[in-house]
Amino acid sequence: MTDARKLRSSGGWWTVYGGPLLIGVLSVAGLLTALLSEGAGRYFSWIAVGAPVALTGWFLARRKRR
Amino acid sequence: MVHTWSSLISTLFLLLLCITGLPLIFHHEIDELLGYDPKPEIAQPGAVKRSIDEIARTALTNDPGRVLQYILWDKDEPNNVIAFTNNKVDGDPDAATLRAYDAHTAKPLGSVGGGPMLIFLKLHVDMFAGQPGKLFLGAMGFLFLVAIVSGVVLYWPFTRRLSFGTLRDKSRRIAWFDWHNLLGAVTIAWALVVGATGVINTLAEVMLSQWKADELTDMVKPYAGKPPPVHLASLDVALENARKAAPDMNVSFVAFPGTPFTSSHHFAVFMRGDTPLTSRLLKPVLLDGETGEVSDARDLPVYLKALLVSQPLHFGDYGGMPLKIIWALLDIMTIVVIVSGLYLWVIKRRKHRSHAIAGQPALQPSR
Repeated sequence: MTDARKLRSSGGWWTVYGGPLLIGVLSVAGLLTALLSEGAGRYFSWIAVGAPVALTGWFLARRKRR
Repeated sequence: MVHTWSSLISTLFLLLLCITGLPLIFHHEIDELLGYDPKPEIAQPGAVKRSIDEIARTALTNDPGRVLQYILWDKDEPNNVIAFTNNKVDGDPDAATLRAYDAHTAKPLGSVGGGPMLIFLKLHVDMFAGQPGKLFLGAMGFLFLVAIVSGVVLYWPFTRRLSFGTLRDKSRRIAWFDWHNLLGAVTIAWALVVGATGVINTLAEVMLSQWKADELTDMVKPYAGKPPPVHLASLDVALENARKAAPDMNVSFVAFPGTPFTSSHHFAVFMRGDTPLTSRLLKPVLLDGETGEVSDARDLPVYLKALLVSQPLHFGDYGGMPLKIIWALLDIMTIVVIVSGLYLWVIKRRKHRSHAIAGQPALQPSR
């Protein structure tokens, strides 16, 4: 099996927009949590708003391993 | 087409905004490091705070020939009293001088702001072009939002055949293309929020004028036609009355009669709450400039509340240092999206020019 084939997706709505949508919802939840709560909410907001950075790092690490 | 042109027109200015915005995320820390954020002396135990009238007098002695516009209390540094002086009460904001005074000793602690961060701020807010510059950057911010939304639409045909997070290194162009898509996709929500709140901020003056034209005019109706106060009331009396009118709130700042935040006859004391959200939602208490008596106190209209709540969401300064660092990383990711987008456009144009359209399937929407 070639690399190119492994990268192919089925092209459904969810496979294309699912990832970005989840990360978007998480980002917004984090942005609002930090505004509305103190203390524990902050920790969640760091994880949620930082998720795009972490995910990008993960994709980069995965590519390097290949 | 929409994606290409909305991005291209705004590219240069978006890069300016992203690059100047990066150090601004840490302006508090940088100002502190460079000495533009003076700290109060450690108060002696049992020391009593000086009267605000005394601090106001000290401020005027320090800047002779000038008038006071605002006195502000730092939320995180309650022993810092910051006085704004200017050549006249409605003077150009750029001509204002900000100095901090020690709440316990009334000693001047040094000037606030200024330095390199002020240059970054001016470039970021209006490019030294005043209100037109600000509105222009607002329009560029709006194009940024259009570019994001159109990018989301284009994301479908371009990545339909790829799984999320694909990073290929077949050619430089494909590598940039994948990075553009991945970084663009994961930062959509953050970029929309920071972009939209930035655009809202460019409308601050417009909203303030609107508030003055209807709400404030209505609040000071009984005083219509009265001349500006000849002798100003004691600030301590006015502040005490304002606190009584809005118990459970703290003073954020007081605007002197004739400044842009109040009428020509009134002090406006803006009160704030103490949670992350309510500390942004200011409530103005208007006080007669001659007697210091409360004239009226009303919550701000919804559009000004929206402006005040949108500010932290733009600055990223409301969740501690980790949030600021994440903000900076997301900003850098946005810079990569903008630069890669520009690169892809240049490459595509070059291809078109040389008529070497040998069909690059990876970059064409698949049918």
